[in-house]
Amino acid sequence: MASAIPMRAVGPQADAATARTAELHKVEEGMNPPLLIKRRDLHRAPPTPAGLPPGTGARLLGLLRAQLGSLALSVLSIALLLGFWYLGTEYRWDFYIRFTNVPSPGEVFTELMGLVGSTQFQTNIGTSVGRILSGFCIATALGVVLGLLCGRYAVLKGLLFPALEVLRPIPAIAWVPISIMLWPSTETSIIFITFIGAFFPILLNTLHGVASVDPVLIRAARCLGAGELALLVRVILPGALPHIFTGLAVGMGVAWVSLIAAEMISGQFGVGYFTWEAYSLIEYPHIVIGMLVIGVLGLLCSGGIRLLARLAMPWQRAGHKENG
Amino acid sequence: MMASDGKGPARGHIDLRDIRVSFMQNGAALDAVSGVTLDVEPGEFVSVVGPSGCGKSTLLNIVAGFLKPSAGKAMVDGKPIDGPGSERGVVFQQYSLFPWLKVRENVEFGLRMQGMGRAERESKARTLLGLAGLLSFENHYPDQLSGGMKQRVGIVRALATGPQVLLMDEPFGALDAQTRVVMQEILTNMWQQLRLSVLFITHDIEESIFLSDKVYVMTARPGRIKAEIPIPLPRPRTPEMTASPTFMALHRQLKALIREESLAAMGGELRDGGLGQDWHLGSQDDVRAVL
Ligand SMILES: Nc1ncnc2c1ncn2[C@@H]1O[C@H](COP(=O)(O)OP(=O)(O)OP(=O)(O)O)[C@@H](O)[C@H]1O
Ligand SMILES: [Mg+2]
Repeated sequence: MASAIPMRAVGPQADAATARTAELHKVEEGMNPPLLIKRRDLHRAPPTPAGLPPGTGARLLGLLRAQLGSLALSVLSIALLLGFWYLGTEYRWDFYIRFTNVPSPGEVFTELMGLVGSTQFQTNIGTSVGRILSGFCIATALGVVLGLLCGRYAVLKGLLFPALEVLRPIPAIAWVPISIMLWPSTETSIIFITFIGAFFPILLNTLHGVASVDPVLIRAARCLGAGELALLVRVILPGALPHIFTGLAVGMGVAWVSLIAAEMISGQFGVGYFTWEAYSLIEYPHIVIGMLVIGVLGLLCSGGIRLLARLAMPWQRAGHKENG
Repeated sequence: MMASDGKGPARGHIDLRDIRVSFMQNGAALDAVSGVTLDVEPGEFVSVVGPSGCGKSTLLNIVAGFLKPSAGKAMVDGKPIDGPGSERGVVFQQYSLFPWLKVRENVEFGLRMQGMGRAERESKARTLLGLAGLLSFENHYPDQLSGGMKQRVGIVRALATGPQVLLMDEPFGALDAQTRVVMQEILTNMWQQLRLSVLFITHDIEESIFLSDKVYVMTARPGRIKAEIPIPLPRPRTPEMTASPTFMALHRQLKALIREESLAAMGGELRDGGLGQDWHLGSQDDVRAVL
């Protein structure tokens, strides 16, 4: 191996020195465990209930009990919501809020069973998912790249930002009419509206992320011979990643809002279209089914982003699972 | 120093001549350092001590290439310094490891920038980590390390590209006293094995004596070189030496020099603070009476 560092032991003296160094390391490493344990303690699951004898079994039991407790609360919470809905529809509640036309949970469930197999229903879902993914991916690519460049080069930011600041407060839904005029097909205009919804949160959070990168890391990278491109890709991008993922999570939420609105107004196909059409055609159970599907899809998408964040930033969790 | 094999390093000569740096402050240009001439011979370990704000970091930043002097010449191996480069390794006071890279990947960063292949990079990083007793932590993330270990990785990372010069700005300033002492020993031992020049900034007098061949003392702002003290202690340095008469005499001498400057700096601040009267610093006893 061609070593760039000429390493030369200076006789027996140096060997002794190395040996002592090794010993010193032991001393120093010996000082570490308490520190690491402390850090781990901070992230430990709820403490075991008092009175239990210490030990793994007891600790597991306590953990299980805590988990069960929170699970029971979750179940109760959902049950209350369903119960409220059921009672409202069962007794046709009509005092200011009107449940008269609202379908009951049972009706919705039966209708859902019938719908699940229908290709039309699946097409609607597939179309919405396709639109979200296209709009969101374009927004991610553009938002992250522009955010990184604007964060790094003040001139570019100065050029782009005044224009973007004018456009930013306009909600994506307000773009619907002009978007239909601008783009050649309904499909592209809906994707464009979804893109608009996701783009600004991603751009702004990326920019914020670039600003949050510790300048000493940039200096360190330059001392290690990093050029401008390496700096952007290997230092600024990973340094900004936590903020970028915040932007992606927010952007995904706004993208769904924008997509559903766009589908309701101008759509053909899609769950937004399905939900609004159900209202027009007086198929009331389908309204609720549409809402539920939108909720579940939104949940899946944000879950997907969280999963992606975890995979992309393994160092963020590393502090917790120290040494098994 | 490193002459036991008969050929000292030919490179790594830091040469600062008549350096002045002024910063704009409140619309006026004020000198941070002025007329500094400083010299680190190839393979030499040189420390700079001085009161806070005297311009120690400013000097180091010039050698690192982060800062251009307003006047004077800054050269390494006869070439004017132009921007940062991997032939000058830097260890910062703040931990500066990339949190998203594992320990070994941090060490490999500079090698990757040099275009070195994966296998070679990996084996080289492992060799160096082994030397610093960190091999078992190669797959840890920086957040999983203690402060002392982080700083050791920082040193190893700076050394990986094979620099002729290592620049360290209070690298142990954030560590507790015991870790600090251990780190000093590790550093002298590593330096003893790698033939390179070190410019070391600190405000710890004992640290500067223990590590160095030569210590520069700076004056309060605007920073100038007040004294150049050679440290004639033999190598390798051991902790017992800190109790030797030579060490203690040097310690007394340096302490007195720095105390004068610290008092001057504080007097200056009191005066600048506009206490409504003109403070004249006579002897140090006057100052003590006033304080
Ligand atoms: N970028 C800057 N702009 C304006 N003034 C600066 C700048 N950097 C440093 N200074 C001033 O220059 C002087 C020297 O700063 P420097 O950081 O070099 O001191 P130092 O000796 O390293 O101090 P410390 O021991 O506290 O680290 C200080 O008075 C500081 O206020
Ligand atoms: Mg400093």
